[in-house]
Parts: sequence; C-alpha cells; structure tokens
Amino acid sequence: MKIAVCIGEGPYNHEAADSAYHFIRAALDRGHQIQGIFFYHDGVHNVNALMEPPQDERHMANRWSALGATGIHIVACVTAAKRRGAMEQVAHVELAGLGQLAMMTIQADRLVCFGD
Amino acid sequence: MRTVLTDVKKIMCTVRRAPHGSIYVQEGLEAALIVAAYGAEVSLVFMDDGVFALKRGQDTQELGTKGFAAAYGALMDHDIQCVLVDRHAMAVRGMTEADLLSIGQDAETGELRWPRVVEAGEIAALMAEQHSILSF
Repeated sequence: MKIAVCIGEGPYNHEAADSAYHFIRAALDRGHQIQGIFFYHDGVHNVNALMEPPQDERHMANRWSALGATGIHIVACVTAAKRRGAMEQVAHVELAGLGQLAMMTIQADRLVCFGD
Repeated sequence: MRTVLTDVKKIMCTVRRAPHGSIYVQEGLEAALIVAAYGAEVSLVFMDDGVFALKRGQDTQELGTKGFAAAYGALMDHDIQCVLVDRHAMAVRGMTEADLLSIGQDAETGELRWPRVVEAGEIAALMAEQHSILSF
C-alpha cells in the first residue's frame, strides 16, 4: 500500500513525530511504500538543521534525514517554516508548498496524520 | 501550478478546533484551498469546537492577529462547494443558523452562500466516501 504521512506537531514537546517515525518504520518493514512525509504546523521544527539535543538523546532531525536518504520524499511546508523561522532543513528534506501535501495525498492509497 | 487529474479524489478537511487559540484552523483552511487547487473534490466540515470558526462577526483586532476571514471568501474561487457544519455541535455551543457567517457569493447570481447545517449521520456518510480526510 502507498501511504502518505502528515505530521503536525513539533519534536520532543509532543509524541506525534515519534509515533509517526515508528509507524513509518513498521510500515516499511511490512513492505508498504511511503508516498511522502509532510511536516505542517509546528511539525516543521522536526527537520530543523539547527537542533542540537543532548548526545544521549535521540536526534529527531537526523532520524528524518536518514529516512530521506533512503529515497523517501520528505517535505516541510515552506509557509509554515517561514512563519516559524525554521528555514534550515537537514539533508534529504525539501522545503516546498502545500501542493506537495495535496499531491502525496491524492497519489497515496492512505493518508495517515499525526498530531493533536 | 494546477495539475489535471483524470481520477478526481474526494478529500475532506475537518475543522474541529476553536478558531483563534491556535493556528490549526488558519493553516487548515490554507491546506483545504491548496488541495482543491490541485484538482481534488474538497469538502470542508466544521464540527466540535470548529463550529466557532463559522461564527459571524469575528474580530481579531484586539488579539493582535490578522485573522483568516479572507479564506472563506476564497472557498468559492477554489470551487469548494461542500461546506458543512454539524448541527449538534452548534446546538450544544448555543449557536443557531443566524450566527453563521457567509462563505462568499455565488459567481453568477451574486447571492450569498452559507454553510449547510447537517446532522452527524450525513457527515459520517460523506466521510465514508472520502479518499482521505485531513483534520485540523
């Protein structure tokens, strides 16, 4: 199945992005295809290249970057990112418009949203 | 950019939060407009505290926020015809149809358009027809 994922909450403060990450890993393990991952609202902070968590904690942005390096299309909403001053993304993450969310939703079999 | 799709997908956007305490509703309406611009058949449903987003006479000036009333005017431009509001959610919040704001004008007749007040069952039936649902 082709799955699109939308994440609407920021890192560390909220479990949404962690849940999404574990869901995506589990879906890939089961042979599903991830059509794309879209970060919206405060979710854009998840791929902020400037984050620097303590070394003994999970580095959430690098985790997404590693997923992106495998070829999964990862997008942070440019309008949401500009509002929040989060314009520097980790590698393998694209900054683009809501049209990307529209396209991945239309092209996927399922859209799964993580947030409040 | 507008992409022509041969297979039009039905996508519902639900608004379930109050309008001005967080940015979800504002950014949700932005998303609904863009998804419609990409050729999906978008329905927009206001339920739970989201019904407050359709209350007429909203004024955000003293909040110091821009507000997003303009987004409602753009619904018709983006061919979002199906704008529904949950009757029960309105009732328990003391809202009546007279409290609703207009969602733009008919392009041909100039008549004001209004959200359609519906029962939860109709929303559920429409949800079952959707390709995807985005919740804000």
